[in-house]
Amino acid sequence: MLAEFLQYLFTGITIGATYALIALGFTLIYNASHVINFAQGEFLMIGGMATVSLTAMGVPMVFAVVLAVILAGVLGIALQRFAIAPAKQADVVTLIIITIGASIFIRGIAQMVWGKQYHVMQNFSTNEPIQVFGAVLNSQSLWVLGVGAVMVVALVLFFTKTLIGKAILATSMNKEAARLVGIRTQMVLMLAFMVSALLGSVAGIVVAPITFTSYDIGIILGLKGFVAAAIGGLGSGVGAVVGGLTLGIVEAMTAGYISSDYKDAVAFSMILLVLFFMPRGLFGAKVVERV
Amino acid sequence: MLKTMMRRAGKCAVVAVAGLMMMSAQAAEPIKIGSFLSVTGPASFLGDPELKTLEMYVEKINEEGGVLGRPLELIHYDDVGNASSARNFASRLIRSDQVDIIVGGSTTGATMAAVPLMEQAQVPFISLAGAVVITTPVKKWVFKTPQSDRMAAERILADMKDRGITKIGLISGTDGFGSSGRTQTLEVAEQMGMEVVADETYSGSDTDMTAQLTNIRNTKGVEAVLNFGFGQGPAIVTRNYAQLGIELPFYQSHGVASDSFLELAGSAAEGLRLPASPLLVPDSLPEDDPQKDVVQNYKSEYEARWDAKVSTFGAYAYDGLMLAVRAIEEAGSTDPEAVREALENIEGYVGVTGEFNMSPDDHNGLTADSFRILEVQNGNWKLID
Repeated sequence: MLAEFLQYLFTGITIGATYALIALGFTLIYNASHVINFAQGEFLMIGGMATVSLTAMGVPMVFAVVLAVILAGVLGIALQRFAIAPAKQADVVTLIIITIGASIFIRGIAQMVWGKQYHVMQNFSTNEPIQVFGAVLNSQSLWVLGVGAVMVVALVLFFTKTLIGKAILATSMNKEAARLVGIRTQMVLMLAFMVSALLGSVAGIVVAPITFTSYDIGIILGLKGFVAAAIGGLGSGVGAVVGGLTLGIVEAMTAGYISSDYKDAVAFSMILLVLFFMPRGLFGAKVVERV
Repeated sequence: MLKTMMRRAGKCAVVAVAGLMMMSAQAAEPIKIGSFLSVTGPASFLGDPELKTLEMYVEKINEEGGVLGRPLELIHYDDVGNASSARNFASRLIRSDQVDIIVGGSTTGATMAAVPLMEQAQVPFISLAGAVVITTPVKKWVFKTPQSDRMAAERILADMKDRGITKIGLISGTDGFGSSGRTQTLEVAEQMGMEVVADETYSGSDTDMTAQLTNIRNTKGVEAVLNFGFGQGPAIVTRNYAQLGIELPFYQSHGVASDSFLELAGSAAEGLRLPASPLLVPDSLPEDDPQKDVVQNYKSEYEARWDAKVSTFGAYAYDGLMLAVRAIEEAGSTDPEAVREALENIEGYVGVTGEFNMSPDDHNGLTADSFRILEVQNGNWKLID
């Protein structure tokens, strides 16, 4: 009984942590620009795929990871520079559509470069699962949770302790005022895209040994990450983490106790309920309409 | 007088020459083989090797003098895995290209979309897709080369029965392949007096199936587990199965019978069994196996020509083309009714997929025995039966 419950919980937390990392990426860009970046899933894919192909070329794992993350970061900057920035004063909806276009473009390139097959990445540490009260935990799950926790702490520090972090926050609060006090808002936007690309690629790398990776893995994981961000309240870091974990755990519990057929249905009705009663999400900012 | 005679003679000559030219054109007129395949798009792993196989063997047959002294001409369209464009292309093949026979339809969806057109236009059609609905009930003009999922279920359950297993846990994908496989397994199990005690599903994009497998493990009486699925899902199931340390015999379907599955599942696949085409184990086939030569030839020819690994899907196209050629040869013409009749009566054609024995009630012509049961041992396929 307990073993069963723990098993579902582990499954839920692992996949939930991945959703949370993706949701954080959405949150970051949303905060800086109010754009929902639908290419977020593609950063995840780039991270995983680049690491796999670099290790296949004989690059040691650690370097491969670093290079993959850098590649994703560059891609994030390029996305902002060449797709978002030229659109200048376009409204947010247009920008969101641009990100959808960019994601299809990136996926297409990835498909040409890496082909369509799924690829395997080795576990970072042992392949032996860990036994806890009769439930088993994949050692990679610990990596996902650990890396996820480190990323969250690092982000919090970045936003509260560093000048650049504060600049991003300031831009998100009021772009005009931020510019008046000397913040280069275009630069800040670029940074936000870069950081969220780094975040996405790291998520893609740690989760790849569990889920495998392929050119189109970003579609569904990106979507789930967006759902997690929406449940938590777009724009809230805590919300992204809570939303991701909740979504993951609810999915696993439904698959375990009710039926795997209803897993996605339950997850999506949960969003409906949350958004119905709390339109800003669980931790969304209260918006005061000025008259 | 002389002038008019000259003129008449001239006219006659012109007519005669024109007639001769037409006749020679008739003699060299190619036999048109139409095809619509999913060469790009999500089902490209089916259509790509199929097209390569068709191209390669049409070329080869033409080099060897063609069929009935006429060369073959392959007219091909890419349906991108989309059923409605498959239908459009099928219609174009029939109406504007006026092909003699159609070999194609990579997916069940594309095939079924085109079937009504073939039946109406009365063009022989050999499908390369798997589902049982294509040839059951029998449709007058429609044939197919792959085994159906029902045969896979029969083969797996028969192997389980041989091992004394009667209660199984089933986990299947919710996609077309998985759900059709699930239905067939449930039916076959009932016929064979076996019991499916656990019945779980997962969706194609799921990344963790531990919860479903835990449920199966905790179900009382399960003696073996069968996963009917396609794509990366079964590889994840296999890995989760090993992580959970489930010791029961484990079966996969023919949907993952390829080397890339071994690569994805890694050491977790050790000991699992599945039904597969002999193409995966060409060298371990016994010498007296009638398929040994044709399987080995196809594999070496394909790999030499395309520098890519051979796949069972390409073999469906090989068998489809060879059946078409054989039927046209036996019919002695490309008259649709005669070709159809010949196709329906093909017996003992030994192909890569299996030995085909067509009949008016069986437009597939294969039996479950054409699947070989393989087991993964030391990271490689081992022929069991």
